[in-house]
Amino acid sequence: MPRWGMVIDLDKCVACQSCSVACRMENNTPIAGPEEAERGRAILWNEVIPSVEGEYPNVKMRFVPRPCMHCDDPACVKVCPVQATYKNEDGIVLIDYDRCIGCRFCTVACPYSVRYFNWYEPQWPDALRAHLNPDPEVAPRPKGVVEKCTFCIQRLHQAQQQAKDEGRVFQASDYVPACVETCTARARYFGDLDDPNSLVSQLAKSPRAYRLLEELGTQPKVFYLRDG
Amino acid sequence: MSAQPQLSDLERTVFKPLQKTGLGFYTVGAALGLVILWGAYMYVAQLGQGLGLTGMSRPVYWGVYLSNFIFFTGISMAGTLISAILRVTQANWRRPITRLAEAITGFALALGALQILIDMGRVDRLLNVLIYGRFQSPMLWDFTCIGVYFLSSIFYLYLPMIPDLARLRDKWTDAPKWRRWLYRVLALGWRGSAEQFHRLEKLISLMAIVLIPTAAMVHTVVSWLFGMTIQPMWHSTIFGPYFIVGAIFSGIALLFIFMTLIRRAWHLEAYIGDRQYNYLGLLLLAMSAFWMYFTLAENLTTFYGAVTDEMTVDQAKLLGSFRWLFWGMVFLNAVVPFAILVWRRGRTPLGTFVASIAVVIGMWLERYLIVIPSLTRPRLAFEWASYLPTWTEIAITFGSFALLALLYLVFFKIFPIMALWEVEEGQTIEARRAPATALNDQSPGFGRTMPSD
Repeated sequence: MPRWGMVIDLDKCVACQSCSVACRMENNTPIAGPEEAERGRAILWNEVIPSVEGEYPNVKMRFVPRPCMHCDDPACVKVCPVQATYKNEDGIVLIDYDRCIGCRFCTVACPYSVRYFNWYEPQWPDALRAHLNPDPEVAPRPKGVVEKCTFCIQRLHQAQQQAKDEGRVFQASDYVPACVETCTARARYFGDLDDPNSLVSQLAKSPRAYRLLEELGTQPKVFYLRDG
Repeated sequence: MSAQPQLSDLERTVFKPLQKTGLGFYTVGAALGLVILWGAYMYVAQLGQGLGLTGMSRPVYWGVYLSNFIFFTGISMAGTLISAILRVTQANWRRPITRLAEAITGFALALGALQILIDMGRVDRLLNVLIYGRFQSPMLWDFTCIGVYFLSSIFYLYLPMIPDLARLRDKWTDAPKWRRWLYRVLALGWRGSAEQFHRLEKLISLMAIVLIPTAAMVHTVVSWLFGMTIQPMWHSTIFGPYFIVGAIFSGIALLFIFMTLIRRAWHLEAYIGDRQYNYLGLLLLAMSAFWMYFTLAENLTTFYGAVTDEMTVDQAKLLGSFRWLFWGMVFLNAVVPFAILVWRRGRTPLGTFVASIAVVIGMWLERYLIVIPSLTRPRLAFEWASYLPTWTEIAITFGSFALLALLYLVFFKIFPIMALWEVEEGQTIEARRAPATALNDQSPGFGRTMPSD
């Protein structure tokens, strides 16, 4: 069983946010609108977050593309009172939208703030609504439940099905999330962290590699390569 | 009232609010009702449109509703403390105020649980907690403990009421039909025999002993909702005992407020007097001291260690955007009660009432300052946010407080305000003790004494 992980090279990332857009189109995240977004209500499973470090004149601006960390020891899973959020056998942290009671315990327990809540019924302008992803696995989530990045789990299922249909063995390289596929600077890598020959597992061992809040012991499976 | 049997002074005092309802009650009831309607209206809007109507956002996913939840479950400690702890320690002065305190427990717990339901995005899926419950989740510990606590405290409220209900059944013969029926059914055929009293006392003592650890557990698991996460300033071992102290502290304060208002409205001065205000005032003072100790311990260790993540939150609390709330809380929870209650002259109905109002507001602020600052200052600095409650949250909060007060008032329009037999028992014990004090006798006749009429 592969252990899916992601590596994001911050030296290559140009903060174009195409990953955020690709994620939205792939996963049908609703549009909050500028006002609500200003209030911290935007739902962007893969957000590119500007981070200002230091003070003028000794100041540096960084951009951190931030998907769900898919922790091996997730803080969110054990606090869910109804087992709606769980880690599947591939190590991907998922949410059962039909079961979630919207108590938001997981959202306050996650140290990365990567979990999003549906404050209202999901909405899209008509032009975008026409282009919603028809895949039932990413059907829009109802009001009042929590959602977040799934590493595009539906793409994994599609790739597995396709391999089966074509009568061949499924390989880790058959599957990438939408953000990785779309990344204009090719700054994102995805694959099996348990395979010592995979690109991600090798990059994850790079001296530039680090994980967000590593010291908390959550064992994130998203690695960053430090920018220079 | 021709067929009415002879009533003692105590009985007349207790029966009167049940028999006569004045304009004052309806006025207060209507005012509370309006506030409740306001809150209910806002809740219906929130239910229809979504939690977007609140001031919450990412990552401040919990707000005033959670503060209310801790506050209401906290004040539920009042009943357990006054009734169970003081019963086990045989403090006689508790007798006239036990029921006043126990009723707070039941209603406060119900209101606390209601806050969680109000806060839920999908309250229609509540049963999932029973069907798919995950026992590692502190939320489930809360559901379990609060459920057990609620049921056992209602039972504990009911048990000592049985002899009183029988008295109402027997002595208020011209009561309205529904009351006669209610008292007859709930009195469970009580006849007041020595055997019945023996069994009742045994059960009450057992429940008192069961309730104390249950209460401790409830306030602890409420704190663990926060303590079990790894968020800065939440992930703390001090939270369990800190919450228990805060619970007793705010519980006594709210009891003082309700007790003083009801005492005045229903003329209970002869029964609830100097002794209750003095002793309970001292307890409130002691809890204020405990609370200060915990607050100092929490903030000094954080400041001294100055670990970045926790320091960021604590600085926001003490020196930053929350500083007015924080120092206001310290003033209300420590300075005001101390300034009033250290003096014997301050431990009067008026003095304790003022101190209690301060403590109730201060303790609500404390609950607010537990929930919000940590969420606005997550470890990843680029996720910082702010929070301000909206009118929806404010209306629902006021509505909840009004609902608590109204439930409390209506309850005492149906059920007797004091445990008649317990107060009488106390009077008898004291009457017997008075001459026996010289012999240093520990009340040899501590037994059943029934009204002789």
